[in-house]
Amino acid sequence: MTTIQERAPAGRAETGEREEIITGCDAVAQALKLLDVDVLAGYPIRPYDSVMSTVSKLIANGEMDAEFIVAESEHSQFEIGKHASLVGARSFIGSSGVGWMYGMEALVVTASLRLPVVALVGNRALDDPGAFGVEHNDAMMVRDTGWLLYWVETAQEALDMTLMAYRVAEDKRVMLPCALSMDGAFLTHSQHIVRVPDAGLVQRFVPPYDLGDRRFHPDNPISVAPQFNEDWVMEARRQSDAAMRRARGVITEASAEFAQVFGRGPRDPFLDTYRMEDAEYALIGMGTVGMVGKVAVDRLREEGKKVGFVRVKWFRPFPQPELRSLLRGLKGVGVVDRDYSFGSNSHGGVLYTEIAAALFPEERRPVLVPFIAGLGGREVSVENMAEMQDIVEQVTARGERDATCRWIGVRGPESDPRYDMDNLKARAEGGAR
Amino acid sequence: MAAPELTVPDLAINRRLTVLPMQEFYTSGHRTCQGCESALVMRYMAKVAGPRTLVTGTTGCMYVANTSYNSTPWALPWAHTQLGSAGSSAIGTAAALKALMRKGKIPDEKINVIAFCSDGGGGDMGLATLSAAMQDTRYNLLILLYDNESYANTDIQASGMTPWGAVTAFTPSGQQKRITHHRWKKNVPALLMAGHPTGRYFANTSSGFGMDLMEKVRTALDIGGPTFVQTHDPCPKGWDYDPRKSHELAVLAVECGITVLWDCLEGELRYQGVTRQQVEGRLRRKPVADYLRRQGRFAHFADSDIDYFQAQIDEMWEEWILPGVLRIKQTPFGTLPRSSSQPDAAGHAPEFAAAVGGGNRG
Repeated sequence: MTTIQERAPAGRAETGEREEIITGCDAVAQALKLLDVDVLAGYPIRPYDSVMSTVSKLIANGEMDAEFIVAESEHSQFEIGKHASLVGARSFIGSSGVGWMYGMEALVVTASLRLPVVALVGNRALDDPGAFGVEHNDAMMVRDTGWLLYWVETAQEALDMTLMAYRVAEDKRVMLPCALSMDGAFLTHSQHIVRVPDAGLVQRFVPPYDLGDRRFHPDNPISVAPQFNEDWVMEARRQSDAAMRRARGVITEASAEFAQVFGRGPRDPFLDTYRMEDAEYALIGMGTVGMVGKVAVDRLREEGKKVGFVRVKWFRPFPQPELRSLLRGLKGVGVVDRDYSFGSNSHGGVLYTEIAAALFPEERRPVLVPFIAGLGGREVSVENMAEMQDIVEQVTARGERDATCRWIGVRGPESDPRYDMDNLKARAEGGAR
Repeated sequence: MAAPELTVPDLAINRRLTVLPMQEFYTSGHRTCQGCESALVMRYMAKVAGPRTLVTGTTGCMYVANTSYNSTPWALPWAHTQLGSAGSSAIGTAAALKALMRKGKIPDEKINVIAFCSDGGGGDMGLATLSAAMQDTRYNLLILLYDNESYANTDIQASGMTPWGAVTAFTPSGQQKRITHHRWKKNVPALLMAGHPTGRYFANTSSGFGMDLMEKVRTALDIGGPTFVQTHDPCPKGWDYDPRKSHELAVLAVECGITVLWDCLEGELRYQGVTRQQVEGRLRRKPVADYLRRQGRFAHFADSDIDYFQAQIDEMWEEWILPGVLRIKQTPFGTLPRSSSQPDAAGHAPEFAAAVGGGNRG
């Protein structure tokens, strides 16, 4: 970690902010230190794990006071985080790829117990075959369970959103766990200039964690998570639903306060929009693809194409109102999924499916084109983005409203000819090649 | 209302319990079966643990049948944890207490942390978490494994701690195959003790010996550090016998030498009660048939099956250097001299045989 300078910008001398060149994972670790997190549980899997290495070093050096537990599996790791949170400790966990899957049971109950654990998902492809690189399917697996989900683009956003994650998750009106997704390698391990805020301001922005009458302590002898069955489970589920509905407002409120306290922050907490003011087309993605997308948009604009980029930040709660008002009236929209959902609508990815559903109530829906790109850590290039824009324009010109998903930057035929329906039929009739 | 003081003495020194509190912390409200010994174990455990205790429990009988919403039997704070999470729930709870107390976020005091699990949750699925818990010397925690020898809540399926040959929903006896459960019961307390030299206390006990059980729980809590207690709990539903005979069956398992009462405090192994008398040769073991023939789950046993079972138990007693604990028969230092206790073909009390007779179904 390199400290560039002690920064005291004009007019905000009291902020005590400083600049450092750190990775995405290190930025999260710095936030955890500022938040005075009490219990952290780690288990090794690349690439999220470097946040735990950094935190354990901070603890060993006496810069941070917390119990750090090296768990014997992700399942235990997440259960440790859950139970620590129940006792009233601010807890942090994280994982990647199949590790996140291994602890799935514990993740599900953390959400249904309404415990505000925060997790880092260093997005990674699911096995098999093995791949360390980014895919968003891992974090997506909890999308229906009550986890707040956010995809960050830069190390600065990783730090800021770690603060935001605890602030929103621990809000009495929400009380849901929050997972920050960070593209493996592209962000977990690449360094950015990050403005690290003063601890005093962080404490002002994120009040102490208070579980209230659900605190697990001898002074409060409660029974937690007894057997509900059909008598009560539906009411419990609806409470989670209500919390997720309320989360929208809490996020808006907290984002406004973030700007007030730290003197910076995005205008729109839900969507990151780039050159959308007069756009006729849009490309949409999540995570670090935003950086590529914005460069691509600049180039395409030079060619006279009226295209902008939209980065979806909060995935749960899903920003349906923002997407509707932004995309209504556009000619064509390309959705770049860094994940897959085999057999889903148009064979598109998860983001596509969600956006298609979000736009359904609109009368003036744009032509929507699904893409899958950048799986397993494959780079999504500016050329790839330009290719997708070309396809969107062609599909729009044809007025094709049911485009099926195209895979971008992939080798080989779309389908193995041996399993082609016509071939199989011909073979059955005795005319096989 | 302030919780009344508990008057149980510190057992870290002599491991003997002389006074018991009147209060109960596991009370009415549970829906366990008639004759459920595990519910009794919960009551013993809560009684000696006292009010400054946090309890977590895995999925299983002591969750599903115990804690219906709005009718909890727990006067202590109790939280559900997932089937394989006894160890991790204990670590998470204890770590949080430690961090919050050190930072002054909650008052600094001694709070017992107990995580209980079943033979399936602890002995099978959660074994790795028990192992992790036994290693973490930073935290005071007790894992209590209530062993009713099957996944009794789901529908009586075999676990790794179901006795060899027993009939369960997954290991039936059929016309072609009489025995379909081929695994000899694993010895979890010994497994944990042997592999975790920094674990401070390991014990095996039985629901039939309440004082022994309570002494062991209390000793574990007084010692602190990672500790483990296992109890052997007859289960009328899973073992197929008259619910009135639960307690007698627990006692009989010890008298036959199948369940062994022992504990190991900081490396010092001791045997207790009936087991101790057997080890010292002052009491003869009863034949295992007395125990097996009283349970429907062994009703399909041929004489040769009984003989096999008896031979295994005999070996455990006569050839193991630490009877009933570790299967070490030879060492580079030779064998250690020890009294043996032969089974007694007709030595059991006749009134007891009459009392337990109902389970012998063909």
